[in-house]
Amino acid sequence: MEQFLQQMVNGISLGSIYALIALGYTMVYGIIKLINFAHGDVYMIGAYVGFAVTTYANLGFFPALIISMASCAVLGIVVERIAYKPLRNSSRIAVLITAIGVSLLLEYVMMFFVGAEVRSYPKLLSDKAINLGNIVINMQQVYIVVTSVVLMIILQFIVNKTKIGKSMRAVSADKDAAQLMGIKVDKTISFTFAIGSALAGAGGVLVGIYYNSIDPLMGVMPGLKAFVAAVFGGIGSIPGAMIGGLSIGVMETLVSGYGNSMYRDAAVFAFLIIILILKPSGLLGKNTKEKV
Amino acid sequence: MKVLTKKNIMILIAIVITYVVVQVLISTGIIDSFYEITIATICINIILAVSLNLVTGFTGQFSLGHAGFMSIGAYVCAIINLQMNSTTGLLIGIVSGAISAAVVGIIIGIPTLRLKGDYLAIATLGMAEIIRVIFLNMEITNGAAGLNGIPRFTNWLWLFFFTTASILLINNFINSSQGRACISIREDEIAAEAMGINTTRYKVMAFAVGAFFAGVAGALYSSYFYFIKPNIFGFQKSVDILVIVVLGGMGSVTGSVIAAILLAVLTTFLQSYSEVRMIVYALLLVVIMLFRPQGLMGTKEISDMFKFGKKSSKVK
Repeated sequence: MEQFLQQMVNGISLGSIYALIALGYTMVYGIIKLINFAHGDVYMIGAYVGFAVTTYANLGFFPALIISMASCAVLGIVVERIAYKPLRNSSRIAVLITAIGVSLLLEYVMMFFVGAEVRSYPKLLSDKAINLGNIVINMQQVYIVVTSVVLMIILQFIVNKTKIGKSMRAVSADKDAAQLMGIKVDKTISFTFAIGSALAGAGGVLVGIYYNSIDPLMGVMPGLKAFVAAVFGGIGSIPGAMIGGLSIGVMETLVSGYGNSMYRDAAVFAFLIIILILKPSGLLGKNTKEKV
Repeated sequence: MKVLTKKNIMILIAIVITYVVVQVLISTGIIDSFYEITIATICINIILAVSLNLVTGFTGQFSLGHAGFMSIGAYVCAIINLQMNSTTGLLIGIVSGAISAAVVGIIIGIPTLRLKGDYLAIATLGMAEIIRVIFLNMEITNGAAGLNGIPRFTNWLWLFFFTTASILLINNFINSSQGRACISIREDEIAAEAMGINTTRYKVMAFAVGAFFAGVAGALYSSYFYFIKPNIFGFQKSVDILVIVVLGGMGSVTGSVIAAILLAVLTTFLQSYSEVRMIVYALLLVVIMLFRPQGLMGTKEISDMFKFGKKSSKVK
């Protein structure tokens, strides 16, 4: 039981990071129906920006988080403008291939400039352990969960209460109708990319602190897993992405804790295939009817 | 049905000339062992790209898991070949590797091919990752360290034979009634279904044929490079194959062949700068999609340009 609770604690802190990344996937998919493969790499660049800011400018956790989020937001907008916007009326496969291309480009350009070696992250948050009975909670885990929850609350506020959030929802429901209503579709899409990428950037800094190591290919696996989380929760649904992220995180730690940690990734993907076959719309997703 | 048409004779002559020329160049030492590796890579990549093209280009089912099938062929062939150290062993290995890949393709294809577009892409990607993790954990595959010292019987003759056989067989499949059914699924799945085509059956068929030839390519790979480990067959490998298909043109067999040759030559020149190679690959993908989304050849074949046959029977 204690081991189970301990795994849950670890799973929730990992899952809240997945949830942050999954939010970006789900928002972008909701608005332009694109699996943004480059999202995992935006998260990697967020981690590197955080690394650079804390190591070379000696800034603390919060400035690093904010700078990293801001630069990722800019990166997200640039990627969208250069690579995805010209393809808005192309086939879905063409855009998907472009996204894979952008993802590889970000990975290997980073590898070219910073080298392929693993770097260790500076210690920004205290790793004091809190003992609750036999369960150990690391202070870092508390910070990670709190930061993620705060960011998600801000996101919910933006999406549900502000004007730009309203236009985001409108574009995602029906792009053409939204345009006819005078909503600036391009601006809204850029904004969506900015918010999604900023959340990924925050996720990058948190992961850097949690695992204490970063490398240019670190975004591939978490990116795919966050996508699985988004699909599980129902792609296009923001609460779905949060629930999905937490579930995948918990599932992963349970598989490593009780089974074989080597099968962790396989378990996540098997889970994905099962969801896609049994309930393709996910937990909270809407069923769409196929029209001829 | 005339077999010895003018077109077929021309193709046969071209095949024989290509074989003899390269064989002479190898035996006279003009193509040294370094460039021989490039040629082996070209042959293996052609088989992979043409088989992926059947799935993605002709049937329109976007698969990101081709490397998974390749790894099945590679491991099955390597294990058999390590037991039976002879050319018969290699032959049995290649055939059983290809059949196992096709069987796995059918098992995976039946549930996943009900999905469409991006969902299918991500499901096939997940499936390839699962295959990789399984190989990583199995006793017989020697885990992450991989299998070493696989006997090398593959030479230019083997590579050439299997490459041409794959191209011809896949080309015949595409031009058969089953192939037409596959193309109609790509054009409009709902319309195809309305015309009485069992779409799931033909999608699974294309998937299995694609997996079969990916298995052949994997088997040749394990035999030629005599060393395999699970990480060779990761997501990266699937993307490499996809780049060839996209660059050559989705729906063009000769396009895939040309792109495989071009990219292998490019890789040979960029051998010592692997990061630059990947940047070039990534840029290629993005630039092709932005400026020439149909790829080098589109859905045309090289024979359409020279007009070997009297009328071109291409489906637009």
